[in-house]
Formats: sequence, C-alpha cells, structure tokens
Amino acid sequence: METKLRALPRRNVRSVPKVNSSWKKVLHNYELYLFLLPTLIYFIVFHYVPMYGVLIAFQDYMPTLGVSGSPWVGFEHFERFFNSFQFWTLLENTLELSVLQLLFGFPLPVIIALLLNQLRNQRYKKFVQTVIYAPHFISVVVLVGMVYVFFSPNGLINNFLMIFGAEPVHFMSQAGWFKPLYISSGLWQETGWAAIIYLAALAGVSPEVHEAAIMDGANKWQRILHVDIPAILPTAMILLVLSVGNLMNIGFEKAYLMQTPLNVSAGEIIPTYVYKVGLQGAQYSFAAAVGLFNAVINFILLWAVNRAAKKLSGSGLW
Amino acid sequence: MTQFVMNRSKLWSRKSKEDKIFDLINLLFLTTLSLVVIYPLYFIIIASISNPDSVYNGDVWFWPKGVTFEGYERIFQDNRIWTGYKNTVLYTVVGTLVNVTLTLMAAYALSRKDLVGRNFFMILFVFTMFFSGGLIPTYLVVKNLGMVDTMWALIIPKAVAVWNLIVARTFFQSTIPDELLESAKMDGCSNTKFFLKIVLPLSKPIIAVMVLFYAVTHWNSFFDALIYLNNEDKYPLQLILRSILIQNEASASMVGDVESFAAQQRIADLIKYGVIIVAAIPLLILYPFIQKYFVKGALIGSIKG
Repeated sequence: METKLRALPRRNVRSVPKVNSSWKKVLHNYELYLFLLPTLIYFIVFHYVPMYGVLIAFQDYMPTLGVSGSPWVGFEHFERFFNSFQFWTLLENTLELSVLQLLFGFPLPVIIALLLNQLRNQRYKKFVQTVIYAPHFISVVVLVGMVYVFFSPNGLINNFLMIFGAEPVHFMSQAGWFKPLYISSGLWQETGWAAIIYLAALAGVSPEVHEAAIMDGANKWQRILHVDIPAILPTAMILLVLSVGNLMNIGFEKAYLMQTPLNVSAGEIIPTYVYKVGLQGAQYSFAAAVGLFNAVINFILLWAVNRAAKKLSGSGLW
Repeated sequence: MTQFVMNRSKLWSRKSKEDKIFDLINLLFLTTLSLVVIYPLYFIIIASISNPDSVYNGDVWFWPKGVTFEGYERIFQDNRIWTGYKNTVLYTVVGTLVNVTLTLMAAYALSRKDLVGRNFFMILFVFTMFFSGGLIPTYLVVKNLGMVDTMWALIIPKAVAVWNLIVARTFFQSTIPDELLESAKMDGCSNTKFFLKIVLPLSKPIIAVMVLFYAVTHWNSFFDALIYLNNEDKYPLQLILRSILIQNEASASMVGDVESFAAQQRIADLIKYGVIIVAAIPLLILYPFIQKYFVKGALIGSIKG
C-alpha cells in the first residue's frame, strides 16, 4: 500500500520532462520531418484518400456531386454483383488462376534453389543463375506478345508439334488454353527470380552442419532433406503467407492482355472486370463495389493465413 | 592448419555412388532448365533477322535462314515507335528522379531511431501494401487533380513504392553507424548537411539499386498509360508495343506497300520479333553488368521480409 502511494507522485514527476523532451526531439529534428513530408503527403493523397473514396461503393456516385454529396444506396451494388450471371464465373476464374499459380509457383523456386545449391562448379552455377533471372525483367506486354507469336497457328510451338504430324492448335482462341498458358508463362518468367531468396537462406547454412552429416554417411539427397529443407522452412513460411495473402490480387495486366474475344470466358477475372465496367463503362460505383469485395476477401485471407502460420511455426508477418 | 583444410576438402570431395548419380541428374536438369529459359529469347533474335517465309514454314530452329534486315528497316521508318521511345525515356528519367529523391529522403528519416513517431509512419505506409481503395477511387483522385492526359499521371501516383522504402530504410539502418551521427552533431552538423554530405556518399550501392528498380518499373509499365493517357502522341513505348504485338496493328506505313494479305501477315510477324528486340535492347545490353545490383536489392528487402 505504502509503495503504491509513493510510486504515484514519482511517476507524475517523471512524465512531465518526458513529454517535454519528446517535443524537443521533434523540434530538434524538424528537418527529418521535412524529409518525410512529401512521402507522407503522397501516401495520404494516393492511398488514404482513395480508401475514403471507396465509400462510393455504397453510393450512386455523381462526378459533379463528389463523394460527400452523392446519394447513399447501401449494399445495392454488392447485391447486383452477387446476383449477376457473371459473379460465379468471375470468382471461379479468379480463384482457379490464383490457386494454380500458388500450387506451381510456390514449390518450384524452392526445388530449383535446392538443386542450384548442390552445384559444386561455382562458375556454372553463376551462369545458370544469370540465365534464369533474365526473364524477370521482361515487360508484361512483351511477355504476352511472345505468347501470342509463339502460340499462333504458325508459330514456334505449332511448327514443333507439326514435326510429329499434329494438327495446328489455335491456342489463343480456345478458352481451355488460357489458364495453362497464363500459368506456364508466369513460371517461365518468375521462377528463377523467386529462387534468389531461398539461395540466400541456403548460403547461411553453416558448412559444419553439412560436414557432420557427411561424417555420419549422409548422401546429398539425405542432406537436402534433413539439413537444407529445415534451413529454408521459415523463409518459405513467410513467403507462403505473403502469396496466399495476395491470392486475389492476381496480375490484372497479364490477364487483360491475354484475353481475346474467344478465350475471355476463361480469362475474365475480377480485376479485369472492374476495369471494363468501371473505366470503360463509367459505372464508377458498381466497379468500386466489386473492387472492394475483392480487397476485403484478400485482407481476410491474409489475416487468416498469418494467424495459422504463427500458430503452426511461430513465424508470421506481424 | 593446412592439414585441417586438406581434410575438409577431402571430406567434401568424397562421393558415394548415389551422389555421383545425383550430381549427373542435377547437372542435366539445370542445363535443360537454362535452355528452356534462354531458347525463346534466342529464337526471337534469329527470327527477327530471318526470311519471314522460312520462319512461317518452320525452317528456322537454331540459326537464322535467309538473313534479312527488312523488319528492322520497317521498324526504324515508323514514327510511332520513335515517339514511344522518346516518351518512355522522358517518363523513365523524370519518374525515377522523383522516385529516388522521395524514397531516399523518407527512408533516411525513418531509419533514425530518434525520429518520434517512426513506427506510426511505418505502419501507415506498410498498411497500403495489404489494403487499397482500388482502381476506381484511385482513378477518380488522379482525375480530380487534373492529371489525366499528362505525364504526371504516370509519375506522381507511383511516386514511392513501399517495398523500396523498406529496402532503403533497412540499408540505412545497417550501414550508417550511430557514432557517425553523434560525432557529426558534436561538430554542429545539421541533419540536412549530414544526409547530403555523409549519408549519401556512403550509400552509393543503395542509390544504384533504387535507380535500377524504379527505372525498370517505369520502362516496363503500360497500365497507367492505358488508363490515364488519351493522346497517342504521349503514348509510351509499351502501349505502342501492345498495338503491334497483341492487337496485331502493324501500322499501314509499315506493311502498306506489301501486296498480298498473306505476305503482309508474314512481314507483320517479322516486325513483331524485331520490336521485341528493339524494346528490350537497353536492358539486354545492361543486364549482365547490373544483375548483381538487382540481386542485392532483392536480398536487402528480404532480411526485413
């Protein structure tokens, strides 16, 4: 009882100069706040104002009235979207593409990093790395352009198939080919680059651990299983959380560019739909509602996966 | 000591039969992988200088046939491509300048432990990676600011990338020692002077990484131009590429003089291979030299994850 009483006034005395000193720090470092100011303004104007602007999803937005003046309509746009005939197709396409991408795009870089790490010849390793990183820097437009020329009826792929007497396939005008082409071109472009992080984690494994394993008679395959894989597991976990958290943010640009009138039934995903309805069709409120639906699902996924990862392995994003 | 080292290398080179098989399969696999990655790029180069009929008939596989530079000649005569090139260079230079200046300034401020409220600012910025207002509200902001159909629409709304901000901040935190700041303060050095005269000269690697990351993004971006620009004179190279490669609109000036439709199509294909090379040339030439900076940047970012 006595100690409590004594502690109170003391804390009060100490807190006064603390506030003072933190203001002093702010004033003393005013230049740092000036450094930060343009970036702060940027984030407020181009990220937080649009977050406020998403309110138009619950309004009938009129450009002349603005966000504050437009009439409220509640969940009308959401209901219209859920009841529209495209809803299930869009959701299915979006989820199917992103799950497929995760299914192949997640393990492949791990495997390649593990194998590259086993190469003893450092110069050859460097060469392979330089080659497989390169496609990462190709623009989406050029990548999709390459898909179009290679998979055209008289393109490289069909010329190759015809050697074996196959009939030319019209890849870009068949809905069934959209997803395989989307996924495989993505793997071609990003797998090598995605392996970098795992290679760095593997480089951090102490050689002594491997030496001890060799002494115990472990061969390379056993060392990969029992030394290398446990070493990259935490990194892999964080990356898995990140990619599941971005599941619904599947690349708009590539899907949009790969769409042709004949394959669009398989290629229409929520983001491309938002663009077409919102900007080309000028239905701002409806498109904002569809976009918000996407963003909310995404955020819930991220939150759930992060929680699960933290419970399972103790490493999460926050 | 030498004996120890010898033992070590002996240990590493001791190979079981299984390991030899493993190494052989591994080497074969990685070589195949490299070929799969590089062949499409190599094919574009040889196809761009081959006779279009040979490419069309599938006679071109490993080296060019009937070498011709007709495709490139037609590309160089086309004004759209040159306007696009000029615009892209302008957007890339100005955009990168804005990006790098803002990012480095903010990242340095955020790297200082004595910045009151720095966690608040970090959370404010990082949150935007996981949640955003979306395409339409962002478009409306840019439109209301009167940026539509100006180059600023491609630059200001992408002024700072959160990921790069984290990378630069991590770099400053791990390379600028606190003692340096303390002693500079003793000498009466202001924060601005310290940043310009001491921090920046010590940060050349991160400046290189930032310039490259942002410049490649600008060079490759097409979507912002698609939604914000209406005037074709302002189109960047990627939009021109889109109309040639994907919408199949090699302009009349490029193939208009060719008589039959079939021949026009073949020359249009030749032009496609050529424009891919022309668009990728700056990066293709620089890539082997700058690759290590990209890798470095990717790794600094991953520490913080």
